[in-house]
Amino acid sequence: MEHALLPHLDAAHNLARWLLGSPHDAEDAVQDACLRALTFFDGFHGEDGRAWLLAIVRNTCYDWLRKKKRLVALDDVATPADCAPGPELQQLQAADRALVRQSIERLPAEYREVIVLREIEGMAYKQIARVIDAPIGTVMSRLARGRKRLVELLGAVK
Amino acid sequence: MTCNDLHPYFDDELDVAHAAEFEQHLNQCAECTAALERMRAVRVAIRQHAPYYRKPAARRSIPIWIGLAAAACLAAVFVLRPGAGSPLDDEVVTAHLRSLQASHLIDVASSDRHTVKPWFTGKLDFAPEVIQPSGFDLLGGRLDYLQGRPVAALVYQRRKHTINVFTWPGGADHAPQADSRQGFHILHWNRAGMHWWAISDASPDDLRALAGEIR
Repeated sequence: MEHALLPHLDAAHNLARWLLGSPHDAEDAVQDACLRALTFFDGFHGEDGRAWLLAIVRNTCYDWLRKKKRLVALDDVATPADCAPGPELQQLQAADRALVRQSIERLPAEYREVIVLREIEGMAYKQIARVIDAPIGTVMSRLARGRKRLVELLGAVK
Repeated sequence: MTCNDLHPYFDDELDVAHAAEFEQHLNQCAECTAALERMRAVRVAIRQHAPYYRKPAARRSIPIWIGLAAAACLAAVFVLRPGAGSPLDDEVVTAHLRSLQASHLIDVASSDRHTVKPWFTGKLDFAPEVIQPSGFDLLGGRLDYLQGRPVAALVYQRRKHTINVFTWPGGADHAPQADSRQGFHILHWNRAGMHWWAISDASPDDLRALAGEIR
């Protein structure tokens, strides 16, 4: 059991922190998720341990957000205009630590989680699909939209 | 083959044939080319600047098994990566990013080690060991600088993931130690008086396989 979970606790904490925003909430959610994982360990058949644990962490986080009603529905978020001119490359390249963090934080959770799993955790589409329990096509379209938003957010400063 | 493949292409999710097809499309589609450049810039910004929130070392009230697990994890951290957080990690990440960013990945482009190895002669005060491990493509070599000294950078590729392997003389032998930084995996070891540092966004298992071939 521990062998399946331990290598992925950093990844679990990273995802929880990006989804919940607070270090304390993230820590508690990971604890919660680990207990759930322990309970449902029968459901783990030795496949990708990281995707399996992250799926549980994600569900735990969403339960928390729902309880606190902090979940921003995708529909509430304005979709950027398709033909918006792209920001200058130099602006993207000049993005600093604070701006990058804030830009990711400002993404709707549905986009934020796939961006975190792909760009920070380095997961393949198939693994991300397993974590968010959605088809690969959904992973792809959310990544595309998330990236588009990020380009705008990162490029929106002088 | 259309603009729809842009993201799967960028994410190494296309097979070789489809990737080649998309590259042809790229030649004709200015929109995709511009979008790809922006996506690359965003990726570099994220990998350079986005925090990776690790599990904090100190925990508040903890159920006993998690306490035990955390202790075991801490032990594992000590056994597996005493190098975690070392400034050399940062240097290696920076060198890796620089090599990918500035289109200065390779000084000598060759998949033949008998071309790559002699290229370093006269540029370094040592002769790096250059191998062509099975399952990895040798792309070439490059002169780089780490810890204020010139080092050999060998560039390998595995399933479109670029792997930089830095080597230079010094240090005591030690077994491979793994670490990860900003989404990159690092594996470093020391054998026969040579430092070896491998870094990539390929999986840690790939790095271990490469280390196994080099050792």
